[in-house]
Amino acid sequence: MTLRATVAELVREFRASGRIVIVGASLAGLRAAETLREEGFTGSLTIIGDEPYEPYDRPPLSKQVLKGWVPADHTKLPRMRDVDADWRLGVAAVGLDRATKQVRLANGEQVPYDRLLIATGTRARQWPNPDEAALQGVHTIRSRDDAAQLQKELAEPPSRVVVIGAGFIGSEVASVCRELDLPVTVVERGSAPLVGALGGVIGEIAAQLQRDHGVDLRCGLGVSSLEGDSGGHVRRAHLSDGSAVDADVVVASLGSIRNVEWLEGSGLAAGFWGVGCDAGGRAFDINGVVTDSVFVAGDVARAPHVLYEYQFLAMEHWDNAVLGAQAAAHNMVNLEPHYRPHLLLPGFWSGQFGVNIKSVGVPPFGDEIVFTQGSVEERHFAAAYGRRGRIVAAVAFDHGKWLEYYGRLIERSGPFPPPPPGWDHPPDTKPVPAEFPDPRVPTAVPDVVLTGHAPSERTAAFRPRRH
Amino acid sequence: MRIVVDLNRCQGYAQCVYLAHEVFRLNGQEALTYEPNPDDERRLQVERAAAACPVQAIALDRVDGTERGEAS
Repeated sequence: MTLRATVAELVREFRASGRIVIVGASLAGLRAAETLREEGFTGSLTIIGDEPYEPYDRPPLSKQVLKGWVPADHTKLPRMRDVDADWRLGVAAVGLDRATKQVRLANGEQVPYDRLLIATGTRARQWPNPDEAALQGVHTIRSRDDAAQLQKELAEPPSRVVVIGAGFIGSEVASVCRELDLPVTVVERGSAPLVGALGGVIGEIAAQLQRDHGVDLRCGLGVSSLEGDSGGHVRRAHLSDGSAVDADVVVASLGSIRNVEWLEGSGLAAGFWGVGCDAGGRAFDINGVVTDSVFVAGDVARAPHVLYEYQFLAMEHWDNAVLGAQAAAHNMVNLEPHYRPHLLLPGFWSGQFGVNIKSVGVPPFGDEIVFTQGSVEERHFAAAYGRRGRIVAAVAFDHGKWLEYYGRLIERSGPFPPPPPGWDHPPDTKPVPAEFPDPRVPTAVPDVVLTGHAPSERTAAFRPRRH
Repeated sequence: MRIVVDLNRCQGYAQCVYLAHEVFRLNGQEALTYEPNPDDERRLQVERAAAACPVQAIALDRVDGTERGEAS
């Protein structure tokens, strides 16, 4: 048999009777499973998920579910086809042994694989003080159960809600509170809401939007402690300026943490940044060498992006989960030269305070911003972000129809400031600094060290963190 | 039944709101919200809404819900 025929036979045999395990039973895991079957994979397929629920959609949780319109269990994702999988729901994966090709489950079981997809996503960062986090009325929101419990408490209704952190989730929660006519205080350590994702110029507009809708917005402040009553229910938040806010419900929206702990010791490039992989979803090992049998998709994946100087980006966006999973699944049942890259122009949306905020590209990659269409006063505008004379992102407030125009410019590495679309031109089109926060803040970076002297011995290793 | 709207693609044309207002709502001028698991009796309405969407952002289930062995 020729080499080519042997390889083709291998692929055919794997598709017919290989074993694929997907860890993560949310949007990325489900769409990957559907793609595998669509591509003709008829071997055994196991889907492992730590939550007891079948795949559901998360974006509605902080919006129509919290508002009380849609029940939390009405978020089940539509199925594009049967996946004929062995579903292992309600049991977390706790370990990966790449030498024996097995995933270890929390109940002690070992699940063998030939190819593995890691789609474990992220979780909400909890309020750092565990005693205060355990008080009744203190919430985070990521899962169906989180949303159901918070919705119940918002309906009671509370005397006041405190939201800690004004990123997208925190801002959406504050918006729902105002729609429900609940008093809400938002405490944000940065200079304005959404400042990390969209910069200070847009942040100021978001701040005004919140205040116009009756949010008690406190920026440049932290929450130093939460105080409970004798019954163990939260009653007050103490702020870093010495003031205090009485509240019965506190929502900590402090961002997300990637679910990589179960990969400790697996020898993959997995850490707080996610799991490093190539643009086809193939995981890197700790040395930065691509693996053949482990793939990554969704929020937990971090891959180089051609449009952004090949920097490694984690895109915690809905369409990244869908399209990244489809590309990874395709590559799991193919070999070179049939690999498909996942070349997504990132994009996200957020509905808050009656405004649809949408973005394409990577705004924090830019250092300048220019308003290109519409009116900031009417909160109906588009703006472009630039870096070194080229457009890298755009944001729109109730101007989503125009994002495609900017998306095409970004894909073609168009100039910044961009050529005007010839419509709806604002009076001032001078670029200004986009005012992203200084990234040089200390983070809890684990140490990766190089060991060995001879080229054949050189290898990377995680060094235990020193406290 | 189950649906999901690709809200990256959605541009707020609101044809779905017009055709199935119990399932789709606009929050303001452009921000779409919807009931992801509407009653089966709304299927015809929802299918019409999906067909009418100018950017084809509404995906409907092509097979019935839960498989054997899945919790719900």
